[in-house]
Amino acid sequence: MIELVEVTKVFNRGRPNEFTAVDGVSLRVEPHRVTGLVGPSGSGKTTLASLIGCMARPTSGRILLDVNGSGSLSGLTFPGGEVTSLPERFLTEIRRRTFGFIFQQFHLVQGLTVLENVMLPAYPTGEPHAVLRTRALGLLEMFDMSRKAESKVEWLSGGETQRVAIARALINSPAVVIADEPTAHLDTKLAREFLDILGDLKSRGTTVIVASHDPLVVDSPIIDRIVRLRDGRVDDGAAD
Amino acid sequence: MKRANAFLTFLAVGLALLGGMFAHAAASRRAARPALEARTELVRRLRTTDLCLFTEARYTRHPVMADVNTPFQDYPLSIEHYPSGSLMPPPAHLSSER
Amino acid sequence: MRRWFNAQRHILELTLSALLRRRGKYLALVTVYTLVVFLLASVMFFTHALRREAATLLEGAPEIVVQRLVAGRHDLIPTAYADAIAEIRGVTSVRPALWGYYFDPIFGANYTLLVPEEFTHGPGNIAIGPGVAGASGSEVDYILPFWSSEGRLTSYTIAEILPAESELVAADLILMAAEDFRALFDIPEELATNLTVSVRNPRELPVIAAKITELLPDTRPIIRDEILRTYDSIFSWRSGLLMFILMTCVLAFIIFAWDKASGLSAEERREIGILKAIGWETSDVLQMKFWEGAVVSLSSFLIGVLAAYGHVFVGSSGLFEPVLKGWAVIYPEFRLVPFIDGYQVAVLFFLTVVPYTVSTIVPAWRAATVDPDAVMRG
Repeated sequence: MIELVEVTKVFNRGRPNEFTAVDGVSLRVEPHRVTGLVGPSGSGKTTLASLIGCMARPTSGRILLDVNGSGSLSGLTFPGGEVTSLPERFLTEIRRRTFGFIFQQFHLVQGLTVLENVMLPAYPTGEPHAVLRTRALGLLEMFDMSRKAESKVEWLSGGETQRVAIARALINSPAVVIADEPTAHLDTKLAREFLDILGDLKSRGTTVIVASHDPLVVDSPIIDRIVRLRDGRVDDGAAD
Repeated sequence: MKRANAFLTFLAVGLALLGGMFAHAAASRRAARPALEARTELVRRLRTTDLCLFTEARYTRHPVMADVNTPFQDYPLSIEHYPSGSLMPPPAHLSSER
Repeated sequence: MRRWFNAQRHILELTLSALLRRRGKYLALVTVYTLVVFLLASVMFFTHALRREAATLLEGAPEIVVQRLVAGRHDLIPTAYADAIAEIRGVTSVRPALWGYYFDPIFGANYTLLVPEEFTHGPGNIAIGPGVAGASGSEVDYILPFWSSEGRLTSYTIAEILPAESELVAADLILMAAEDFRALFDIPEELATNLTVSVRNPRELPVIAAKITELLPDTRPIIRDEILRTYDSIFSWRSGLLMFILMTCVLAFIIFAWDKASGLSAEERREIGILKAIGWETSDVLQMKFWEGAVVSLSSFLIGVLAAYGHVFVGSSGLFEPVLKGWAVIYPEFRLVPFIDGYQVAVLFFLTVVPYTVSTIVPAWRAATVDPDAVMRG
């Protein structure tokens, strides 16, 4: 379970363009479910997603990770499950092991092959190449992309890029997958395909968080729970 | 991994060759010792004071013997011999007290 | 340890694909860098080996050479001076030496004519150095003509050509009998080119030399230490030409480092952002930057130094010939013995690899410490 307690994120603090993206948000994310962070653009859902995923530290408030409910997180133990004040080193380690990200623009590295892109997040972990390669190929197999393993990512279609991005998010076998506006650049067919894949992940036990304002996502039966955001605050209360 | 392995191989080969370079140099020095001794003996026999490096003028050919006052001039306005004049500084004993 | 090695190999793999994507630029960079290292290392190897060779060979030079100066110029010395010098305590022998220069108008070459203590071939014959043989196209039993100071034409038969290994000592030498030399240049028995002095104790050389100057004020003694010192500073970096070469190399290094230090392109910044976002730490990104600098500089160093060794010690520094030859007609082939100084190679290694690698890492620091969520926001 992931818990946020009065989390606030302020950008450009003290400067004229000071801006509060997330304001006193408290919520619990249930494991093995798909949670949607929904709201118009500017509502802070992307920032919230990045905070949950340990990509940034909150200006104030606490974030606790205890996804397995057993006092440890993907093999790492740390006091109380609180990540807010951990040094960068540990935070990155936790992030790498626990979370997989799918970005709005996918952000694959140009000039590399599909396989290399999928393996990339795990490069610094020091796992032997053969092990990484097998796992990556397995993931590509899962998304029906094995044939394109050695293709350069520049040559992929939109749907193929999407699937590679998802495979990359899964290379470190994360407990949680976070997708930020995943359907923004997809047509309806691909968007539905994507949601199906999310459902599939859920059935394998992954916790999924999706930030989106696309009605296709919001209204999808895949989503177990919706957290509405407006101006950085949760709308209509936290618990569901 | 192809590229990384290729580069690491290149590095290993390069370092091995570098080691080989030092080994070759040491071996060559050993092999050259008789020739060096022969040359030294020749110097001794001929009583020469200079190596034959720059043969264009007497003071470039025998810098050790260069005149005190005009080490790099045959006559007024004579042009310095290039590049020997630049590469061979005036012998130390001309400019310093013994 | 294994893990660290695996991680490094993976990071190196990424670095190499990044470099290969801009392969034109990096190929050019490595080529130029290699050339600079090659030049620097060639000069370094050549100079050091030549100096060591000179130091070794000139140990056989005379202990003291006594010249006579007239009006500031080297003049012939009366052999009678030897008596006065022989009286000095510590002197074991004083012998007159005959040698001089001859300009051959036919081939435009300067020869050094020298009379050795024993010339076995006898009058009418000469032994020539390999450079003379090359310049005049001569072989044994050929005849070389000389014009005496009176304008008379005299010819000598080539009885011997000195071996090629002796080039550095004897390339331009012509050895002849004393009678022939004196006849050719019209030098009477009472005069010689200079006197060579042997002493019992080499440490007394400066003292004895001072005494010689005292006794014979028109002479200038040159002692062996000075001979050796002269060749110790050959090709010193203070010489105009070498300073120019070194400055060019330093400039090249600075330009490379500056190009690196002037920061990253937007594309590079974006790539780093993505890496941070997908889970790379700052240190991982910096390791990648390290490899970027190391790949270029290590490659250039290895190829440059190895090529320089081949150039100097296998190729007789052939590329330097146009520069070193100058106006000379007789130019020795620099078949140098490979005296190399490991310390110099190490210094070159540090100069080549460290500044460049550092200048690749340092400017990336800022980009590498970017917050991973910047990519999500951007």
